[in-house]
Amino acid sequence: MLDIVLIGINHKSAPVEIRECLAFDEDDTLKALSFFKNSRVIKESILFSTCNRVEMLMTTPLVNEAIQDAKQYLSDYKQMVLKRFEGSLYIYQDIDAVRHIFRVASSLDSLVVGEPQILGQIKEAYRKALAQKTAGVILNRLLHKSFFVAKRVRHETGIGDHAVSISYAAIELAKKIFGSIENKKVLLIGAGEMAELAVEHLIRNRTGEILVANRTFDRAVKLARNFNGKAIRFEEIYSTLEFADIIISSTGAPGFVVFQEQVKKLLRKRKNKPLFFIDIAVPRDIDPEINRLNNAYVYDIDDLKGVIEENIEDRKREALKAERIIEEAVIGFKHWHKNLDVVPTIVGMRKKMENIVQKEIKKTSKSLQHLSEDDYQAIYRMTDAIINKILHDPTLFLKQNGYHGPSSAPIDFTRKLFRLDEE
Amino acid sequence: MNLINLFTIFFYLMSTAAYLFFLFVQKQKFEKAGLYLLTAGFVIHTSTLVFGFISSGHMPVENLPETLSVAGWAVVCVFLLLHYKFNLKILGIYAAPLATLIMIVSYPLPKVALQNPEILKSLWLSFHIVFIFLGEAFFALACGIGILYLLQERAIKRKRPGFFFRRLPSLNLLDSIGYVCILGGFTLMTVGLITGFVYAKNVWGSFWSADPKEIWSIITWLLYAALIHGRLISGWRGRRSAVMAIIGFGVILFTFLGVNFLFEGHHEVFTRWRDS
Repeated sequence: MLDIVLIGINHKSAPVEIRECLAFDEDDTLKALSFFKNSRVIKESILFSTCNRVEMLMTTPLVNEAIQDAKQYLSDYKQMVLKRFEGSLYIYQDIDAVRHIFRVASSLDSLVVGEPQILGQIKEAYRKALAQKTAGVILNRLLHKSFFVAKRVRHETGIGDHAVSISYAAIELAKKIFGSIENKKVLLIGAGEMAELAVEHLIRNRTGEILVANRTFDRAVKLARNFNGKAIRFEEIYSTLEFADIIISSTGAPGFVVFQEQVKKLLRKRKNKPLFFIDIAVPRDIDPEINRLNNAYVYDIDDLKGVIEENIEDRKREALKAERIIEEAVIGFKHWHKNLDVVPTIVGMRKKMENIVQKEIKKTSKSLQHLSEDDYQAIYRMTDAIINKILHDPTLFLKQNGYHGPSSAPIDFTRKLFRLDEE
Repeated sequence: MNLINLFTIFFYLMSTAAYLFFLFVQKQKFEKAGLYLLTAGFVIHTSTLVFGFISSGHMPVENLPETLSVAGWAVVCVFLLLHYKFNLKILGIYAAPLATLIMIVSYPLPKVALQNPEILKSLWLSFHIVFIFLGEAFFALACGIGILYLLQERAIKRKRPGFFFRRLPSLNLLDSIGYVCILGGFTLMTVGLITGFVYAKNVWGSFWSADPKEIWSIITWLLYAALIHGRLISGWRGRRSAVMAIIGFGVILFTFLGVNFLFEGHHEVFTRWRDS
């Protein structure tokens, strides 16, 4: 019987200096998979590498040797002394490995719990393993179950709900104000990493025109080019506000850049179309009093952080529900895996046939009242012999196959053929 | 008839419960259940009214419980219409309890017979009643949407998005649908008033008799006209529009009920609830 083993490092177990040394890009991954494919002890393998984790999932008949091989491969291929990273590795076996992969796929193990990218990354890794033919019966089922569990977790818990990053929180708010933010005009005042990131997020949500204002016009022109937008002069901000809907401000100005009185007049001109100010600057650019005006909304950096903290708390609560769903799936998988062996399969087939025989004899005996107890004994002896004869060759086949090196495929096929795993 | 009304109340109550579950648990199946239960209640309710119309030969508005029943029916009717058109699910949390409340309040009221039911047998009156009640139902829902708007606005302005922030749709959507309700209500009310005047001319001989209900109806009408005007000309939207929708419905409630109890007038005969 093949054991499931998982070796990996992630953001919790290792600092980035080690993670980046062990990261696998696409080429590396394919090379590693083909190396494992030729390995004597590793039967199936999948490797996935993201910026927060590197994980190798394998099945093997010889656990310790497989772990040793995998470690050695990492050390050789990445040219790093084993000692340097061995302490950061975690190793899971059997149901612990199953649970881990379910948790990773459901984004419970992520740096930002509930972030949705990880599932796609695992799917991609699985696709590569399929292409290299390194995923067999067990990993196929394990991965499919992980996708299923991840979907269930996403669907049945609120783990992925509600933004946990500043720019997502800003977009979520914008959507609650404007409904759709498609074609809403965005004005970026100033520059800065976070502000630009927010603008990029907005663009991805198909907002309308992007206007960029900066103290130095050249910088505005440059930024505007990045966003495919239009540069305006700093003095034009006020007149532009009449047409913009979402304003992201991030200047280094010591005082406010936009004042309440201005916006009050402006709102009249805009016929009270809502205005949403996102103030990322410290010290603040947008007069917080503006938030008191009808149809104008101001969120500064602390407000956004407050929103995120609340959402993170929510996600943690939802994660508890997710763990329950995962535990259920782990138990199901364990049951399947335990039975994926020669003996349980043969026992399963025999039981199935005995059940059929029992039922049929019971049915027929109603019309055979004249038979004595001895006659029945004879009939049972006969049916036992039939079952033995029928099962003889399949048993031999499954067992021999096992001696040639454990292969789960015929066992899995047999179990499917006789429908031994009720789902 | 009373027994069937109990069925209606039962379905509306169940629907209210389902919408409450939906509000707290946020599972789609509860919303669906709420909608189906409400629809079932509505079918029964409609058949009661149709039966009342056929058996008496006029609109069943002889007394306060019957009039209230028509009002409750109109609320559900308009809600289902809005749901179909805009899919504003969360509004059920307002519409279902409102209809339930109206039906429960009307249930124990004694049914006083009208001394002269002949005056009810007029096509103009039927139109008048249908339009006025549907119009007022639109205003009732505009009020509900206004309340939802204020809740959502408060969540956003206070920067503590919590319970309502998640459950309510965007401010823009609430504002737009609220406005649609005001427009719909205003149109129907206008038609309703005109048909009412024509009916008054036929029955009492003059279009206008300065009956308190007539006066208050005109006040209501002017209020909503001002709201629509303000929105078109100076962009009264958002909070102000929501508050006006709530005040407007308050005035309607007063026109509908308060006037009957406080003043005398010829509408009083339709909403009698005790022998005087």
